[in-house]
Amino acid sequence: MSIETTNEDLELSVLELDADSPKAAHRASEERASVSKPRGEAVARLSSLDTLESEAIHIIREVVAEFEKPALLFSGGKDSVVMLHLATKAFWPGKVPFPVLHVDTGHNFPEVIDFRDRTVERLGLKLVVGSVQEFIDSGELAERADGTRNPLQTVPLLDAIQRNKFDAVFGGGRRDEDKARAKERILSLRDEFGQWDPRNQRPELWNLYNGRHTVGQHVRAFPISNWTELDVWRYIERENIELPGLYYAHDREVFARDGMWRAVGEVSQPRPDEEVITKTVRYRTVGDMSCTGAVESAAATVRDVVIEVAASTITERGATRADDRISEAAMEDRKKDGYF
Amino acid sequence: MSTEIDTARAAALLDDAPLAHASLFRFATAGSVDDGKSTLVGRLLHDSKAILADQLDAVARTSADRGFGGSAGGIDLALLTDGLRAEREQGITIDVAYRYFATDRRSFILADCPGHVQYTKNTVTGASTADAVVVLIDARKGVLEQTRRHLSVLQLLRVAHVIVAVNKIDLVDFSESVFREIEADVQQVGRELGLGSDGITDLLVVPVSALDGDNVVERSERTPWYTGPALLEVLETLPAADELESHLESFRFPVQLVIRPQGALAPDAVAGGLDVEAYRDYRAYAGQITEGSVKVGDKVSVLTPGQDPRTTTVTGIDFAGAELTEAVAPQSVALRLADEFDVARGDTIAAAGTVREASADLYAALCWLSPKPLREGAKVLVKHGTRTVQALVRSVSGKLDLATFKLEGASSLELNDIGHAQLRLAAPLPLENYLHHRRTGAFLVIDPLDGNTLAAGLVNDHPGDHEDERYSI
Ligand SMILES: Nc1nc2c(ncn2[C@@H]2O[C@H](COP(=O)(O)OP(=O)(O)O)[C@@H](O)[C@H]2O)c(=O)[nH]1
Ligand SMILES: [Mg+2]
Repeated sequence: MSIETTNEDLELSVLELDADSPKAAHRASEERASVSKPRGEAVARLSSLDTLESEAIHIIREVVAEFEKPALLFSGGKDSVVMLHLATKAFWPGKVPFPVLHVDTGHNFPEVIDFRDRTVERLGLKLVVGSVQEFIDSGELAERADGTRNPLQTVPLLDAIQRNKFDAVFGGGRRDEDKARAKERILSLRDEFGQWDPRNQRPELWNLYNGRHTVGQHVRAFPISNWTELDVWRYIERENIELPGLYYAHDREVFARDGMWRAVGEVSQPRPDEEVITKTVRYRTVGDMSCTGAVESAAATVRDVVIEVAASTITERGATRADDRISEAAMEDRKKDGYF
Repeated sequence: MSTEIDTARAAALLDDAPLAHASLFRFATAGSVDDGKSTLVGRLLHDSKAILADQLDAVARTSADRGFGGSAGGIDLALLTDGLRAEREQGITIDVAYRYFATDRRSFILADCPGHVQYTKNTVTGASTADAVVVLIDARKGVLEQTRRHLSVLQLLRVAHVIVAVNKIDLVDFSESVFREIEADVQQVGRELGLGSDGITDLLVVPVSALDGDNVVERSERTPWYTGPALLEVLETLPAADELESHLESFRFPVQLVIRPQGALAPDAVAGGLDVEAYRDYRAYAGQITEGSVKVGDKVSVLTPGQDPRTTTVTGIDFAGAELTEAVAPQSVALRLADEFDVARGDTIAAAGTVREASADLYAALCWLSPKPLREGAKVLVKHGTRTVQALVRSVSGKLDLATFKLEGASSLELNDIGHAQLRLAAPLPLENYLHHRRTGAFLVIDPLDGNTLAAGLVNDHPGDHEDERYSI
């Protein structure tokens, strides 16, 4: 007996017991009652990926059922792509019943924007864009001295949430990314100013998510909270999910800065002392071009990446995001202010 | 700058079979402050190689700044889990932190639950989803009142496996007699509580040194008198709660929403060849199986509050385009039914004839998690499965003394109290005894004013009412 999921050869050996008869239940509990030591080998019924997938779909459906106007943060980055894929599975054969929201730093990789637009078109979704550039042009935001725009995303994000009256926003945050994120709830309340109060979070019990909020507050929902980077990549492989090409090894003109390889582009120009060379690289995150670094890698296929990630000794944020290096509490501070 | 490759791990991964089938196991830690929870968690992560170079660098730098002198190369492993700035500055854990690591056999989700303030709140939270809880005891101190409290909460929450780690065994010179004495005390508390002998839980005791790693990942030569498995081996082999619950004939499926595209079919599915005509009148009930399993052809009851159960047959189990013949907890699927009933969110689909009558009288244990106390006469919301109803607190019938396991008289409950109460619901719910149904026997108490979660609720039987024979043990 087997379940036909995309993970085709999963055997459900436990179910082959005559689990339906009360006797079987009784026998099992008797066995358990007599011992106070491990009850023998566990028989895996679902793989960890299947369990994580089901948990995420449950969360996505809960939010859609309980909120008036959810939206999904979609950057074209792998975590948001996986989230959107999970949403398509959650409502199949129906359409994903909410729009996607992208905060455009104006420093995005053009191929990621292209990928975003193709995905939205393919799924028949509405795309809402919050633009950092517009806020800079209107003087509501000031360009930072270091040129990095990641921290500037918070204001356009909150503005888009308010203007569109989104009461729940799906984010692709994972608890394994960062120590502050490790304490994040799956449904996380944000006040009128979009702020996160890590010391005053609702306890989250069983699979009962409490998304109640008052007018002006909203909730961030993190369906893939419990996934690791490796889970995400294994899932991308298993489900055959398309990603922007940047995630795979390619030749690119780069220069070294802050211990990372930076791409040469409109917003990321080498200083005179920085030498430009061509390297075979890939990206582990695809954020703001001005602060996202590439890693040297020959991983050209999803299989190669899975192996590389499993073997890697550097976390993705540590390796490639300059903005998280500023201080040990960098992410906590940004999250408190309403960042993703 | 380049991604360094640990070839041993890469090679292990290349042999892909174990990873693809590894199951997920959730566990939590509990213990008094300074018993070594954070150190143990750090040790598990460190020794199972879940800690990456840059994380370790950051922790090593902070350890050096503070002049930490312990072993593990002078690294304070506790810093790996203490994630909030206030926690690092004060050297304490404030909030439950989730950590992830994997071995060939399993992927683990670990909830590191702080012990000092609000231990009940944190332990209840961590334990609610845990397959196992590791309770730490300082070998120099033995079983304390706090240990009794923790075990009491875990028994109440029906955690399948309770593992007591007698930590800092290095500080008692790896003494067998110290360990045996503590082990006997633990078993004694277990007997008083029914923990490990109630047929639902089991209780194990392991001597460890979180700081040095003895019996954490590998069996230690310094405790030759201990012949049992190391902690990680235990965690790798215990059945997860879902694997145990399948023994009961109790398919439960709270309906989250109805999938009825009515022509608004997913364009990608249509482009992929979905038969548009065949799906024009598609209607299925989406949800996550909370318990048991379901097969196509099974007889099920649809439970709608205020109506008699309606019995029908499962005609299809859909999962994103795949038609399954069977599904098990905790899968998220969509069920198609033979009869065109009006089924909506908040209804429960269950194996036919296995559910007791819905009731508007709720008798329950409440773990009070809010600084706002519970008073008799209060109006609250109860969230059970996928339904939220108004409720009136009729009476508080007592409060548990967690150290003596006795019920004392009380008419209100305060933060971190666990007590019994009777509530009257505005609509009847298909309530089940938490002892036998960890999902459909659980609920939240919510403050209708600010929406905050006030309590974790565990359904008790009505007084004088015996739990359905089918589930009696
Ligand atoms: N000698 C020894 N010290 C330990 C052991 N485990 C933890 N400690 C120390 O006990 C103190 C408290 O540990 P910590 O992990 O912060 O405890 P927590 O409050 O339970 O998280 C720290 O100084 C640890 O280094 C152990 O097995 N042996
Ligand atoms: Mg700690």
